[in-house]
Amino acid sequence: MSLLIKNAIIVNADGEAKGSKDILLEKGVIARIASSIPSENFKVVDVEGKKVLPGLVDLHAHFREPGREDKETIETGSRAAAKGGFTTVMCMPNTSPVIDNAMMVDAIFQKVRRAGLINVIPIGAITKGQQDQELVDMFEMKKAGCLALSDDGKSVNSSQMMRLAFEYAKMVDILLIEHCQDPDLSAGGVMNEGYHSTLLGMKGDPGLSEIVIVARDIELAKYLDTRVHLAHISLKRSVELIRQAKAQGVKVTAEVCPHHFSLTEEIVKSFDPNAKVNPPLRTQEDVDAVKKGLKDGTLDCIATDHAPHTQEDKEVGFGDAPFGMIGLETAFGLGVSELVDKKVLSLPQLVEKMSAAPAKIVGLEAKGVVAEGFDADLVVVDVEREWEVKAEDFVSKSKNSPFIGKALKGCVEKTICGGKIVYESK
Amino acid sequence: MDWTRHDLLDLQDLTREEIELILETAKSFKEVSTRDVKKVPALRGKTIVMLFFESSTRTRASFELAAKRLSADTINFSVGASSVSKGESVLDTAKNIEAMNVDMIVVRHKSAGVPQMLRDHLDSAVINAGDGCRAHPTQALLDLFTIQEKKGRVEGLDVAIVGDILHSRVARSNIFGLTKLGARVTLCGPSTLMPKDIEKLGVTVDYDLKNVIKKVDVLMMLRLQIERQREKFLPSMREYAREFGVNKEKLKGAKKDILIMHPGPTNRGVELSADVADGECSVILEQVTNGVAVRMAVLYLLAGTKHEPAE
Repeated sequence: MSLLIKNAIIVNADGEAKGSKDILLEKGVIARIASSIPSENFKVVDVEGKKVLPGLVDLHAHFREPGREDKETIETGSRAAAKGGFTTVMCMPNTSPVIDNAMMVDAIFQKVRRAGLINVIPIGAITKGQQDQELVDMFEMKKAGCLALSDDGKSVNSSQMMRLAFEYAKMVDILLIEHCQDPDLSAGGVMNEGYHSTLLGMKGDPGLSEIVIVARDIELAKYLDTRVHLAHISLKRSVELIRQAKAQGVKVTAEVCPHHFSLTEEIVKSFDPNAKVNPPLRTQEDVDAVKKGLKDGTLDCIATDHAPHTQEDKEVGFGDAPFGMIGLETAFGLGVSELVDKKVLSLPQLVEKMSAAPAKIVGLEAKGVVAEGFDADLVVVDVEREWEVKAEDFVSKSKNSPFIGKALKGCVEKTICGGKIVYESK
Repeated sequence: MDWTRHDLLDLQDLTREEIELILETAKSFKEVSTRDVKKVPALRGKTIVMLFFESSTRTRASFELAAKRLSADTINFSVGASSVSKGESVLDTAKNIEAMNVDMIVVRHKSAGVPQMLRDHLDSAVINAGDGCRAHPTQALLDLFTIQEKKGRVEGLDVAIVGDILHSRVARSNIFGLTKLGARVTLCGPSTLMPKDIEKLGVTVDYDLKNVIKKVDVLMMLRLQIERQREKFLPSMREYAREFGVNKEKLKGAKKDILIMHPGPTNRGVELSADVADGECSVILEQVTNGVAVRMAVLYLLAGTKHEPAE
């Protein structure tokens, strides 16, 4: 069935269109964009001059299926994504069991089809069982539909293993995503190491644990002339290293999470276990640096690292609580409130960071742009509308957000995926 | 001044006046423990639970005696290491206990922040008996009480805290208590056991114990946990004892009336030689005696206030 969106102000990464347009969606693609398209017998949605962006793309989420369906499933995660304006989400393989073979990838895709909401693309592991011992069958994983591989949740700890992974992935032509955290330096750490960890008497994870792996992977990528994508960059020094590497032509891309540009380690003093995340919340200096990195292009995209956990798992005290916070439903609001409103990025630049760039990084060529011939994945937003983050409003199975109670600006009104409305705000 | 707090979580929150009120109150309670009948009816009818998720002998005994000498009913609820299996909710355990209508919960847990979490979810008064490496307020209060008693003041004194500062909740609470009361604090210990940015708390760091000993009025030694060597923080216990342990020889350059303190239990021959631990400068056993009086003061003051829900 066709869908006609009337009176849309289209915002792409390259700018905001002048005047409102009608957008006709047919057979899952954007068939036509024109000043006025007669509404023959299409289903019509009049967005009354609201902004329409390409559907958001998240390169980093945890949907917990299989293994911890009490925290999230592909279906509930997809629902949360749709509510947050995301039409494509890449889910990480650190499930139980780990997604490290084609059978598992097939099984995930089957669940995605059954949910029938948005595009969920599994990221495969780099090493079997994420055990650092043997590479996964990368050709097979790619054929099964993986666009990227990652041992997320931890680094590929052995530098030799990572070298081999880079070499093999280059031949296969599949992206490797690195979770940068040296396991020895970070062992036992529950928050950023520094004045606040000293004050709170909690074991710190020094920024150094991220920096040494960022530096290692940049050198590996440079030496092997291959690409690498660095997940959830959180530190000023990491941004500097990436900036320098890019200037030298190293094929490195990097992402930052909304919480790392919105929050500092200071909130840990509340002992809210929802503020426990990996990499940990850092200092104001780091927050300023990642914002600057987004602005100058050092950091290519925004990824949520949506990491659902049940209340039972979280309410065991800060030290014992698992790492992670949910992020899909607050990412756009944080992008508008913390970046657009504070003049770090323009709205088109936010579209770049949350849709066009991530789509490009993993080679989703038909996504990330509102233009004829592209996939009919769109999000209708009201960038002025303010709303309060409430635990009961999350559609994710888990509610572990440190933003509960916070007022955000920028609201997703409708999400359209494959030409079908998958979310509408009340 | 009037006491208004319902819980005691750490000394960072307290004003100087509040700390002084506790110490003042403790003075009057100290006498109770020297009587033939060591009991006053101040907390008759109150129930106090010792909820210990981490083992403790003297702190728990001290709290229990303090409560009993105030005529409160006490129960011990020690959650053994085996039953604090992953996934068990601390909060659930605490709520279950509170449902038996208890008035105060004295809690110790290996994780920093657990007392705060209980305070936020319970109506009972919560007293921190040690949370992770963060805070041990009653230990610091009894240390302050002992210093005050022996020296007549805390203000203007030079106090050194020596040993494993990184993992010490006693050190953190004492830093807050001592600086609030106007003492100058020097930290001394191996650099691998000195937490980052600790100077921002208004203390001085000096790695040379001989130098430190010369200038201080009080030497607070911390217990070194033997595991720290296995965890590679230290090259050897031998080197630690030589550089950071105190013996008669090292005390030669010290002030005549230096106080030697230790939160116990001491590793004799490591941080303190036996002759120093038992020597005339040592006030280690008096600290233990004062612990009961200070805890009586804390229980007494907190029992007189109402719970106000967390904001």
